[in-house]
Amino acid sequence: MAEAAVKLVNISKSFGQVKANSNVSLEINKGEILALLGENGSGKTTLMNMLSGIYYPDEGQIFIDGKEVSISSPKIAYELGIGMVHQHFKLVDVLTATENIILGLDGKLNKKEAAAKIKEICDKYGFDINPDQKIYDMSVSQKQTVEIVKVLYRGANILILDEPTAVLTPQESEKLFNVMRNMKADGKALVIITHKMHEVESISDRVAILRKGEYVGSMMTKDTNAGEMTDMMVGRSVSLNIERPKPVDPKPRIRVEGLTVKNIEGIDKLKDVSFTACSGEILGIAGISGSGQKELLEAIAGLQPAESGSIKYINENGEEEELLGKDPRKIEELGVALSFVPEDRLGMGLVGNMDLSDNMMLRSFRKGKSPFTERKSPHSLAEKVVDDLEVVTPSIETPVRRLSGGNVQKILVGREIAHAPTVLLTAYAVRGLDINSSYTIYDLINQQKKKGVAVIFVGEDLDVLLEISDKILVLCGGRVSGIVDAEKTDKNTVGLMMTKVLNDSDKKEESTETGDSDE
Amino acid sequence: MNKKEPLFHIVKRDVLPWYKSWGIRAIAIVVALIVCGIITTITTGLNPFKVYGAFIQGAFGSGRKVWITMQNMSVLLIISLALTPAFKMRFWNIGGEGQVLVGALATAACMITLGDKIPNALLILIMTVSAILAGSIWGLIPAIFKAKWNTNETLSTLMMNYIATQLVAFFTIVWEVPKGSFTVGIINQSTNAGWLPQLFGSKYLLPIVIALLTTVSMFVYLKYSKHGYEISVVGESEKTAKYVGMKTEKIIIRTMLLSGGLCGVAGLILVGGINHTITTTINSGQGFTAVMVSWLAKFNPITMIFTSFLIIFLERGAGEISTNFGLNQSFADILTGIILFFIIGCEFFISYRIVLRKKGDK
Repeated sequence: MAEAAVKLVNISKSFGQVKANSNVSLEINKGEILALLGENGSGKTTLMNMLSGIYYPDEGQIFIDGKEVSISSPKIAYELGIGMVHQHFKLVDVLTATENIILGLDGKLNKKEAAAKIKEICDKYGFDINPDQKIYDMSVSQKQTVEIVKVLYRGANILILDEPTAVLTPQESEKLFNVMRNMKADGKALVIITHKMHEVESISDRVAILRKGEYVGSMMTKDTNAGEMTDMMVGRSVSLNIERPKPVDPKPRIRVEGLTVKNIEGIDKLKDVSFTACSGEILGIAGISGSGQKELLEAIAGLQPAESGSIKYINENGEEEELLGKDPRKIEELGVALSFVPEDRLGMGLVGNMDLSDNMMLRSFRKGKSPFTERKSPHSLAEKVVDDLEVVTPSIETPVRRLSGGNVQKILVGREIAHAPTVLLTAYAVRGLDINSSYTIYDLINQQKKKGVAVIFVGEDLDVLLEISDKILVLCGGRVSGIVDAEKTDKNTVGLMMTKVLNDSDKKEESTETGDSDE
Repeated sequence: MNKKEPLFHIVKRDVLPWYKSWGIRAIAIVVALIVCGIITTITTGLNPFKVYGAFIQGAFGSGRKVWITMQNMSVLLIISLALTPAFKMRFWNIGGEGQVLVGALATAACMITLGDKIPNALLILIMTVSAILAGSIWGLIPAIFKAKWNTNETLSTLMMNYIATQLVAFFTIVWEVPKGSFTVGIINQSTNAGWLPQLFGSKYLLPIVIALLTTVSMFVYLKYSKHGYEISVVGESEKTAKYVGMKTEKIIIRTMLLSGGLCGVAGLILVGGINHTITTTINSGQGFTAVMVSWLAKFNPITMIFTSFLIIFLERGAGEISTNFGLNQSFADILTGIILFFIIGCEFFISYRIVLRKKGDK
C-alpha cells in the first residue's frame, strides 16, 4: 500500500450542539486521488477545513508524513504542504494571475521570477493560463486554474479540491482531471469532494465516505459502483433513476420572443432569445454559468427589466398576457401562478434569519385586508412541507439558515409548489445538494410536470439535464445556440453548443423545428 | 507536540435559554460593580458602598427624583422606539438627534408665533402635527436618497443632525429673550399657552403614558403587522423582498416617515411638556444614546423599557455622586463607562463560549 501523506486520528469538531465530525480517522496516500463522499452536512468540508487550518479540531490528532502536527492557521497548513481550493474562489479581481499567486507570501516581490516559476508549474502539469491576465478577464475555469496553481506555487504536496467541477463544462472538467492525473503521477496526494458519481468513478483511486459526521469506510473505486457508494452515504438503499414521463397534452404556456437584456454596464446578458415553454413539459436550460440563465429566469419572474422583446403568458383558454415590464406583485395580480426557485436560496427566495413559518408567509402575507398578518396558515403549511418532504429541522421555529443546504432547498421548493403554480422556474435546483436530496427534488419537479405545470429547469449537470428534460435550450454568451430534443442528443453535442453559437442558418432551422412541434 | 497549539478556542453557542442569558448579564453587572468599587477606592479613597448608595439616591432618593427618572426614561424610550423600525430594516438612522431637534423647533415655533392667538386646544393640536411633520421630513430626506440612489444613510442622517442644530441656533437668536442673552427663555411663562396638559395633576405623567402606549404599539406593529413583516424582510434581504413583489423604496420611505415622526413627538414633549424652552442641547445627545438603548434591547420594544431605565439610572446616579462627593463629572463618566463596557461585553459570552482544548491520547 502507498505511503500515507496525511493521517487523521479520531478527529472531532462541534459547532454548538452540532457534531460536524466525530471520531473521524482517515488516511490520504501519496500518489493517490481520494474522493471524499457524503451527503450535505456530513462534515466533508469541515474535515478538510481542519486540514487546511481554517478550523481547529476539538479533539484528535493529525499526522503529516508520520509526524504529529498542529495546524492552527492556513499559513501553517501551507508550510506543511497542504493546499485547498475552495468552492468559492478567493482571488482579487483587479490583480493579475501572478499577483494573486504571490499575494501574502513573505520575501522580496519579484514578479518576473514568479511568472517564470508559474510558467514552469503550468508546463509541468499541463495548465493553460496567462500569468499577466487580470482575474476579471478570466472565465470560471481559468480562475480555478489560478487557484490550483497558487496552491502548487506554495509547494503543496497535499491538494484538496472542494467541488471543483460544480462550475465547469464537461470539457473543462475533463481537462481538470487530466491535470489531476499528472499531479498524481508526480506523487502528490489529492482529495476531491464531489457529488457527481460518474466523476468519482472516472477520476478517483479510492473513495472515503462520511455519514452524519462519522467515517463510514473507504474502498478502492474499481471495486465498487455508484449504487453501493450512494447506499453507504445515505445509510440505506436508494434508487438512482430519474423518470421522464411522457408529456401529457402539451400546450404553449410561456412564449419568449426576441428577449434582449443588458446589464448595468450596457453589456448584453441576453441577446434575441426566443423559445416556447409548454405545459406538462420540462424545458432544460444548459449553459456555462453566467451565460444569461439568471437574467432569463428573472426576466420571466418580473425581476429583470429588458431592453426589448416580449414574454407572453398563455393561460388555459389561450388568452395571452404580457409579463415583461410587470413586477412580481402585478404578475400575481394578473392571476398568473408563477413559482420561482432562484439560484441564491438564502439571498433571494428565503430569509435566513426567519423561521420556517415566517418564510412560508413570504408568499401569502399580503392576503386579506387586515393590517395584521395571519400566521396560522403559514405555520400549518410549514408543518406540511416538513412532513411531506422529510425536512430535517429541530422545529418550525428554527431560523432556516441553521438548516443544511438540502433542507433549505426543500423548504423553498415546498413553498413554491404549494400555491399550485402553472409555471415553475428553477435555477440550479440541486446545487450543493447531496444525491439523496437531489433525487427528492427531481421527483418533486416531475410531479409538477405531471400536473401540467410548464417547468423551466436551469441545470449544470448535463447528465441530469439530459435525463430529466423533454427539450433542452442551450445558452452561450446570452444567445440561444440551439434547442434540442433531450432524448435524441448526447452530452458532447450539448457541451459543444455551450461553448459556441451555431451559425445563423442552423439556428433558424432549430428554432423553427421546435416551433412546429409546439403547435 | 508542537508548541503552537492554541490554548483555547472560541465556539459559537446555540441560543441560550433566557434565564441563562440573563444570568450572564447579572454576573456582568456584579463584576462591573466590583471593578468600579476597586477603582473608586484606589483613585478617591472613598468607601465604594457609599458611592453605590449615592448612585441609588440619585435615581430614587426622593419622590421627585423617582418621577424625574421616569420622565427622562420616557423621553429616551420614545426616541429609542422611534429608531427601532429603521434599525430593524437595517437602515442605520443615527439622525435621531436632528429629528428630535426639528420636532422641538416646530413645537417652539408654534408656541411663540401662535401662543394666545388661538384656543389652547387647537394650539396643542397644531404643535403636535407640526412636530410630527418636521421630524418626518428630517427622516424622509435621507430615506429618499437611500431608496432612489442607494446613498449611505449613516452619513446623510448624521449630517441632517448638524443642519438641525444650526437651525435651532439661528432661531434662538431670532426669538431670544431678553435680547443679547442667546437664550429663548421660558416660552409663554405667564399664560402657559401651548404647555402640554398635566395628567391627574402630575406634570410628569404625560410623557410616561405616551411612552408606554408607544412601546406597546411599536411591539405590536413590528411583530404582528404586515408592515412590520415587510420591514423585517427588507432588512434581512432586499433581494428577497423584491422577489416576493414588495416595493422596497416605498417601505424604506414609509418606515423613515414613522421613525422621524416619532422622534418629532419626543421633541414635542421636550419643549411643550418638560422644558418650555428650546436650546441646541435640549436633547442632550439622547438621539445617540437611543441607538445604544435600541441595540442593547436587540430591537425588542419591551426590553427597551429595561435598557432605557439602565441608561437613565446610570446617568442620574453618576450625576449625584459627582455633586455629593465633590468629584467632577468625568469620574462619574468613568464609572458609567465601566458598567456599560461589562454589559455590552457580556453579550460576547452569550453568543460564544471559550473551550480549553482536550488533549488527544498519546
